[in-house]
Amino acid sequence: MNGIIKENPTFVLLLGMCPTLGTTSSALNGMSMGLATMCVLVVSNFIIALIKKCIPDMVRIPSYIVVIASLVTVLQMVIKAYAPEIDKSLGLFIPLIVVNCIILGRAESFAAKNGAIASIFDGIGIGLGFTLALTCLGAARELLGTGAVFGVTLWGEAYGMLMFVLAPGAFLVLGYLIVLFNKYVKKA
Amino acid sequence: MDTILSLILIIITAIFVNNVVLAQFLGICPFLGVSKKVDTASGMGMAVTAVLVVATIVTYLIQVYVLNAFGLEYLQTIAFILVIAALVQMIEIILKKTMPALYQALGVFLPLITTNCCILGVAILVIQKDYNLLEGVVYALSTGFGFLLAMVLFAGLREQLDLVDVPKSFRGVPIALVTASLLAMAFMGFSGVDGGLKILFGLQ
Repeated sequence: MNGIIKENPTFVLLLGMCPTLGTTSSALNGMSMGLATMCVLVVSNFIIALIKKCIPDMVRIPSYIVVIASLVTVLQMVIKAYAPEIDKSLGLFIPLIVVNCIILGRAESFAAKNGAIASIFDGIGIGLGFTLALTCLGAARELLGTGAVFGVTLWGEAYGMLMFVLAPGAFLVLGYLIVLFNKYVKKA
Repeated sequence: MDTILSLILIIITAIFVNNVVLAQFLGICPFLGVSKKVDTASGMGMAVTAVLVVATIVTYLIQVYVLNAFGLEYLQTIAFILVIAALVQMIEIILKKTMPALYQALGVFLPLITTNCCILGVAILVIQKDYNLLEGVVYALSTGFGFLLAMVLFAGLREQLDLVDVPKSFRGVPIALVTASLLAMAFMGFSGVDGGLKILFGLQ
């Protein structure tokens, strides 16, 4: 369970920045992106841990990419069928889960060296860390931008600053969250 | 005349209004990773631009003549990422043989480009936006220039940041993110320009 704090993929390892910044305009979007990535990560870790002995060393990266891309395609179809609103708000970033460095990174650094069960738990840990980070970032941006979290109004839209929902706010809030994380969480 | 104007509109929109990095959040990893010096940043920007154009042409042809022709649209993600990975390898090999000087300059960045989401992102966007081949290539080229512009500007800012005394918790990535935010805010000044130009050019 290292993935949540000590090796948090977003705040410590700084992997997977594109979806982190691109999909966190609200807490719900951030959470759905985190969960989608976690599903792919857990299954891909499991499959890669099972088949690693059959893959020649030379072609291991391309084979990992094929496994991940197939899983993402399945996920994309499931989301399109059962949650079309999420598909609409995440849009391009669902197929882009393929090139999320967290997934390939965990495949290479953990699943390729450990057993199937351990890899599943690694996937869950890292996935939870990623989801948590995305939800925090999304909640902070939504709160500052529109005065609401998960659609529940706290202090009303009149006090919201639109900038935080748009692009500059993503960079700014992530920067300050990393500062807080460095200062209070990492030290402990 | 209308085609030329619509191409100009695509160029301006892709470079300034919808900048890949600062407005669409594609290619953030190299944007934060290799932007410590202006010359490496411009090298990376040029490598990305080159791969972007070639990859867009190839993926477009594959989409139209293979995936659409046989009703295999759902294989888009897999097909595109494999093609891009193979393409990057091929460009690397060709450059090594034919243009060693350019290979020396871009070499280190090429393998990193496979996992750069702006390549796959642009390839998918070109299909989604229903561009034809010419518009797709122009879009890819100007997106590449937009990336190059953002990289060079950001690297210039970061070179200056090295000389400043930054509070301890802000050192490294956080201050870079805050800087990127200010840069993104500057680029927000362009928003709406595309709509104005559309009216000016008389395009609907």
